[in-house]
Amino acid sequence: MSDNKMEVKNLDFYYDDFQALNKINIPLKSNKVTALIGPSGCGKSTFLRTLNRMNDLIEGTRVEGEILFDEKNIYDPDVDVVALRKRVGMVFQQPNPFPKSIFDNVAYGPRIHGLKDKGKLAEIVEKSLQGAALFSEVKDRLDDSALGLSGGQQQRLCIARALAVRPEVLLMDEPASALDPVATAKIEDLIAELKKDYTIVIVTHSMQQAARVSDNTGFFLMGDLVEFDKTDKIFENPTDQRTEDYITGRFG
Amino acid sequence: MFNWRTKEKIIKNILLFFAFSSILFLTGIIIVLFKEGAPIFTKVGIHEFLFSSDWYPTYEPPGYGIFNLLAGSIVVTIGAMVIAVPFGVASAIHISYILPQKYKNIVKPTIEMLAGVPSVIYGLFGMKILGPFLQKIFHLPTGLTALTAMIMLGIMALPTIVSLAEDAITAVPKNFRDASLALGANRLETMLRVILPTASSGIVTAIILGMGRAIGETMTVLMVAGGAALFPANILKPVRPMTSTIAAEMGEAPVGSSHYQALFGIAIILFLITLIFNIFADMAQQRFKKKVSGE
Repeated sequence: MSDNKMEVKNLDFYYDDFQALNKINIPLKSNKVTALIGPSGCGKSTFLRTLNRMNDLIEGTRVEGEILFDEKNIYDPDVDVVALRKRVGMVFQQPNPFPKSIFDNVAYGPRIHGLKDKGKLAEIVEKSLQGAALFSEVKDRLDDSALGLSGGQQQRLCIARALAVRPEVLLMDEPASALDPVATAKIEDLIAELKKDYTIVIVTHSMQQAARVSDNTGFFLMGDLVEFDKTDKIFENPTDQRTEDYITGRFG
Repeated sequence: MFNWRTKEKIIKNILLFFAFSSILFLTGIIIVLFKEGAPIFTKVGIHEFLFSSDWYPTYEPPGYGIFNLLAGSIVVTIGAMVIAVPFGVASAIHISYILPQKYKNIVKPTIEMLAGVPSVIYGLFGMKILGPFLQKIFHLPTGLTALTAMIMLGIMALPTIVSLAEDAITAVPKNFRDASLALGANRLETMLRVILPTASSGIVTAIILGMGRAIGETMTVLMVAGGAALFPANILKPVRPMTSTIAAEMGEAPVGSSHYQALFGIAIILFLITLIFNIFADMAQQRFKKKVSGE
């Protein structure tokens, strides 16, 4: 068995007639962090959302090619999208906790997947909050509304909420872009911690962030994957001239 | 003639007058209502007025108890809501979350157009189509019953409920939906556990305003409710809600008579009920805004 958790093969993506992704090929290694960088509108977020089929929600979108997840194409007609999303969790750009209590936010996933036992729920909630490095800050107010938390705390809550359904892959769409530097540093530390248990794919605007947190990096430009390699290689000795131009700040 | 400063001042004051005129009208209406109607409360007593079921305004001695009329209004309104709420909320969910955008742009304005149909047309339909139909299937002496009024008012309240509930559901941020779906919830779970609870106070507002529409409706109930001032114990019998009582009797009540005052008294009660509805609707709306904006 290969060490690829997911493998993207010749992926094309269309919004109606507009082709947003051209023949993307990326291996996503188990227990590694893969960063996706590129200027706005290059398709990196669209690509991320193909990995848990969130683009299915947008009218008029179409996918060609395949994405293998443990050797099985997630776009096969017999794939249960709901089950897929349980295994491939996602954290969004804007922290989006539900207008419910902190506890109910984290317990939401386990509950919809049928867990009713209060003791077990409490255990999962605590573990997930610890996993997201938030537990110590909120342990005395689990019944308070999640909307009372700071932006950084809300984002870690969203990570905890994603962890609570025990996914195998965690997708992060610019998870720190709405946060201040201190909160960003916390999220980055957390990512380093989380890759022990999860395969992580992170979209980021910040090249420094990609360099700090990731093992592999893919550079997207206008729907093409220009270059994909080890992060060190991409940042120190990129093969493609366009990659070099981008990371040295000549455009984008 | 004037310098610009004076001109601006004049315009400002004219606009001020128009801005306040609606408040002025409302105040005027309230003053008239209470001036004309209040004497009946001292004459027969508020308790007697509200809870006696003897509405015999032209008998000797007369009875001015509006209990049956009040009950008629309440029962018909509740019945209308029993019909309109499930239909209204279900359509709102469908329009906001299931229907593709291009159909939504046709369906929603069409439903809203229902609100613009003159109520006398609903009355005609109830009187000549729905009434005879109910009469036939239930073997009734008359098809003009509380049930007929409930169905017609339910239909009339639908556009209000659909339109406002749809707004409320659509106003729930899409990222709540995305978060739920990304956690592996299906669409039904997402709707029931995230979207509806978030939209709930907005939906409550929609329902209360729909109730206000139903309880204040006059022409339709006048035409289809049958008009008997009986306690509405059986919805297959005629009733007479407050609004149709006022409309039907005001023409014959001598100005300043007790009957006239009693009809104004009914108007006061009706006014207070709709005022309370509006206050509750507004409170629910405030709660909804808070919830959606995440404060």
